[in-house]
Amino acid sequence: MSDPARRLPTRASMSSGSDRVFQYLILALASVIVLVFVVSLYLLGVDSWPALRQFGVDFFTTRTWNPVSGTFGAAAMITGTLVTSFVALIISVPLAIASALFVAEYAPRWLANPVGYLIELLAAIPSVVYGLWALFVIAPVLSRWEQGYFASPEKIAIYTACKNIWDQDRTTLQCFFVPSAFDGRGLALAIIILTVMILPYTASVARDVIRLVPADQREAMYALGATKWEVISRAILPYARAGIMGGVILALGRALGETLAVAMVIGDSQDIIKSIFGGASTMASVIANQFGDAQETLHRSSVVTLGFILFFVSVAVNLLARVIIQRLTPKGVK
Amino acid sequence: MNPLLQAKDVNIFYGDKQAVQNVDLDVHTGTVNALIGPSGCGKTTFLRAINRMHDLTPGARVTGQILLDGEDIYAPGVDPVAMRRRVGMVFQKPNPFPTMSVFDNVVAGLKLAGMRNRDQLMAVAERSLRGAALWEEVKERLNTPATGLSGGQQQRLCIARALAVDPEILLMDEPTSALDPSSTAKIEELMTELKKVTTIIIVTHNMHQAARVSDTTSFFLVGDLVEHGPTDRLFQSPRDERTEAYVTGRFG
Repeated sequence: MSDPARRLPTRASMSSGSDRVFQYLILALASVIVLVFVVSLYLLGVDSWPALRQFGVDFFTTRTWNPVSGTFGAAAMITGTLVTSFVALIISVPLAIASALFVAEYAPRWLANPVGYLIELLAAIPSVVYGLWALFVIAPVLSRWEQGYFASPEKIAIYTACKNIWDQDRTTLQCFFVPSAFDGRGLALAIIILTVMILPYTASVARDVIRLVPADQREAMYALGATKWEVISRAILPYARAGIMGGVILALGRALGETLAVAMVIGDSQDIIKSIFGGASTMASVIANQFGDAQETLHRSSVVTLGFILFFVSVAVNLLARVIIQRLTPKGVK
Repeated sequence: MNPLLQAKDVNIFYGDKQAVQNVDLDVHTGTVNALIGPSGCGKTTFLRAINRMHDLTPGARVTGQILLDGEDIYAPGVDPVAMRRRVGMVFQKPNPFPTMSVFDNVVAGLKLAGMRNRDQLMAVAERSLRGAALWEEVKERLNTPATGLSGGQQQRLCIARALAVDPEILLMDEPTSALDPSSTAKIEELMTELKKVTTIIIVTHNMHQAARVSDTTSFFLVGDLVEHGPTDRLFQSPRDERTEAYVTGRFG
């Protein structure tokens, strides 16, 4: 028989009272986060219900958004959100990767650090400042170009032809690039401003993961007789691709949800997109521009439903990102 | 016969700090040459000078001459990229490219050199994998990710990758330090085979390994090449008392 006093202390006697209090405190705080998620989902669902009951699937597939007649279909805003986000993403990703490569691989340290810092600083500028900058600096430039479209009779003819096509509620590839508004605001301006706004997210994540690529991966490629560019394209970028993808998804999430700057510059037209130089709207911009005026139950509920869709799109993007990142992550380097 | 590689008065600096001084060394074709010495003695630093890896380290500087087939690899006008194709390298830890298949890893160097023909690539891949004693183990899984292999297999894959470009010299930087004893034994066995097709310079912290695999041994101490000679002679009757102290295990 062993002496009871010499036994190892049990778990219960190890954890003191204060440990247990702390454990419950942490549990309670963590539960708050889950609770907030569940409650906001519930409230969005409740407030969306009138619109969803009234319009059903039509809410997603039709594009008449008319508070006067009380008909609401979100197809134009859903398209607007997807088009602005993905086009901005397509433009900004190559720029972001290029700037990350410059900072991580090419620039001397005295230049790399300030440049990297400036890029990160882009993320700290408030949305409204981006919006103002777009309105006061870029919009006039676009506007001048758009108005210049009337400088020659041929162009006026093209515009008139497109106007006819647009009035029949359709568009063509050529007309898609003919301006339909002349104050500079519209889809193009929204895309430009989103491109700049999401750039720092991809760029700073890409820079960090590129710096984390192990030296022996680079050296292995150099030792086989690779040039610097070959090392980057065949060893560094493939190794870093999962992390870079993470930065891209982060940027996409930001683009999908960006509200104020887009609401200021997109021209707030609830019509389906017919020209890239014309007014449009995104789900977030309609929420920002209309929520205050939405008095009718159905109108208000439709606006909330846009928020509900946006919520699901964001969750879906995040889940997709996890899957993609997992599949791209290099595994099992021994 | 002229030596394949001749180091003449080689000095290597990291910034102001000198890591290797006044090294003269000859290496002959078809031999295995071990560089031994305690940590920080400059053996790896010297090895990395042979394929100009120090070019990649800001502040690192090499003086003196390293002649490969009589040509100074540090002479002005020598393209380090082209030069590195003649010198293969195997690293401390297995470092296959994790996003590539076994096959793509082996032929990575050939693709850099512009070889595109699938049959040709396949032929070289098989020859290199056989050369690295890995063919039988991976011939059914050439298109699976290289990272699915065991650590020892990954290191032999890295050897095959280096062999594929047919290097005149194969540099090995403690190639078995991350491996278990049986994988280590396989790679040591392999080296005896490899010297039929290439010339090996191996850095090792393991004196027994040096004694087992090498024809000549160079003993480094704080940046000096203290003694160089046939392996048997150096271990049995060292001429320098520092060498004797090291090989009899009195320090290091």
